[in-house]
Amino acid sequence: MSNVLIELKSLTKNFEDQQVLKGIDLNIHENEFVTLLGPSGCGKTTTLRIIAGFEEPSGGEVLFDGVDISKVPPYKREINTVFQKYALFPFLNVYENVAFGLKIKKMDKSLIDHKVKKTLKLVGLEGFDKRDVTRLSGGQQQRVAIARALVNEPKVLLLDEPLGALDAKLRKEMQGELKKIQKEVGITFIFVTHDQEEALSMSDTVVVMHEGIIQQVGTPEDIYNEPENRFVASFIGESNIIEACMLKDMLVSFDGYEFKCVDKGFKENECVEVVIRPEDIDIVRPKEAQIKGTVKSIVFKGVHHEIVVETEHRDYTIHTTDYYEPGLKVGLTFGPDDIHVMYRMDWE
Amino acid sequence: MKHFTKLVRPYIIWAVVIILLPLLLIVLYSVTTGGNDLVNIQFTLDNFRRMTEPVYLAVFAKSFRLGLTAVGICLFAGYILAYFITFFSERTQSLLILLVTIPMWINTLLRTYAWICLLSDNGAVNTLLQMLGFQPVTMMYTDFAVLIGLVSDLLPFMVLPIHTSLCKIDHSLHEAAMDLGANKVQTFWRVTFKLSLPGVLNGIIMTFLLSISTFVIPKLLGGGQYMLIGNLIENQFISVGDWNFGSAISVILAFIILLAITGMKQFDQEEGEEE
Ligand SMILES: Nc1ncnc2c1ncn2[C@@H]1O[C@H](COP(=O)(O)OP(=O)(O)O)[C@@H](O)[C@H]1O
Ligand SMILES: [Mg+2]
Repeated sequence: MSNVLIELKSLTKNFEDQQVLKGIDLNIHENEFVTLLGPSGCGKTTTLRIIAGFEEPSGGEVLFDGVDISKVPPYKREINTVFQKYALFPFLNVYENVAFGLKIKKMDKSLIDHKVKKTLKLVGLEGFDKRDVTRLSGGQQQRVAIARALVNEPKVLLLDEPLGALDAKLRKEMQGELKKIQKEVGITFIFVTHDQEEALSMSDTVVVMHEGIIQQVGTPEDIYNEPENRFVASFIGESNIIEACMLKDMLVSFDGYEFKCVDKGFKENECVEVVIRPEDIDIVRPKEAQIKGTVKSIVFKGVHHEIVVETEHRDYTIHTTDYYEPGLKVGLTFGPDDIHVMYRMDWE
Repeated sequence: MKHFTKLVRPYIIWAVVIILLPLLLIVLYSVTTGGNDLVNIQFTLDNFRRMTEPVYLAVFAKSFRLGLTAVGICLFAGYILAYFITFFSERTQSLLILLVTIPMWINTLLRTYAWICLLSDNGAVNTLLQMLGFQPVTMMYTDFAVLIGLVSDLLPFMVLPIHTSLCKIDHSLHEAAMDLGANKVQTFWRVTFKLSLPGVLNGIIMTFLLSISTFVIPKLLGGGQYMLIGNLIENQFISVGDWNFGSAISVILAFIILLAITGMKQFDQEEGEEE
């Protein structure tokens, strides 16, 4: 991967007596699309605001290109932000909003004009120059906000839940477009969302946060297929999370049976948790499987059915395109590589 | 809904009786002669012609000069006051605004008498000066005294609208400006001040209105000879008894104020459009 651009080192932040960030360590690279993902209140915005310079960290360091910038005011950082509610200047039109930063830098008028026009074109707002920003639709305001930030050619663009206010269809559209823009301008995007699907579909790297702590950093595939703990597994999509015992390498036991798996490196008889994704479980006839149960409910979810099967130890959630009558006796099977073993979380 | 519109009727009738009717009467007085003798009414423009006499023009000029000075001082002091109030927590802000408005609860007369106590030749200020070894200064019956009285009277009317518009500014706009490279001073002029303009404008209009038509303050702090438009009108009605001329002055004053307000609103709108 390319050079590290931003380094967060044991970053902490306290508001009054509440510790909101509890030691964040993170490297963000040049030209990377990083997403901070986590439930509301986990400290995503606070992290972003510290990077932007609107909050000072209570402890730890923020390095930018190797230099500590914790005390540098926001207007001196090569970082721009797309605010959660856009924060466009209501007394300026589209063109003037986008030109704001360049005018502050006392750039040549014709150069400003060139850059503003180019950026408006990039975000698909050609010809909107004279429009009143307060009369634009949410999606258009969004684009103005992006253009206003990008026109300054920052090294990093921060986006705080930028798509939160848009409806589902527009959201999908903007997701693709943002990714395209990021590729085109070739700078680092740090994107904040609480929507796991959005995070998985857009990012190079996903950073899963929970209660001010980073739970896992990885590619979307890593995060989905190999969650490191129960929190990540349950936050990223539906899963069956099962308390289990690691008998030895590649052998785990739960629900009274032993299963072959592909994980190793755990202590013998270590208590662990196992995650099995609902789409990885197959429904078979009872006599073909070890785990047996009864279909408790079936709900059609558009593409697949979500089936809950009640077994002796727990309810399993299964996604399948087939239909099974509630009350039907079934067996559940999964292969060794469908079982993912995680360290057990110490809290909760 | 129909039901409710009916409820407004008594109010409309009252408004006509207590606002519109007197206004119409004043206009009527201003273009007639003979005072209250409405039987032998005679129309004339003499009342307005009299206004062009240099004595009266001078009164107008003086009133405007003094009024605008008071507005200017109020704007400067009031903006700074309103601006710094916004830095406090919400609760402290309400308290500070309350403090700013407390003088408004006290009768103007009382407040003005308080100023007399402070400013007169052997008042508090001069006593203090003498104690510190300075010469006493005459302050009563000067422009200075009238200005102090006016400014202290009008300041709340400037602070309130400005504070309101400052409070309404979305803080993320300040952050956006800083994010885009504006330092604190640039952020203030390019964002904060721009967005507070409606409040500033309202403040100017209110304080100007009040200062141009005042008569108690100049009378008490400026002395019997001190003549502003307000005093001129008061004299015509109370001492001279020339209601017709008094009305003419009122009409002209009202007209000028209306013109000024329209001009300001226009400016406000153009500002909004062009930016
Ligand atoms: N200025 C502040 N003062 C006090 N508490 C704050 C402040 N900003 C955020 N918090 C608290 O910090 C926690 C994390 O907030 P935030 O970073 O906004 O979370 P997220 O963006 O992940 O939803 C929340 O509990 C929030 O209430
Ligand atoms: Mg947030």
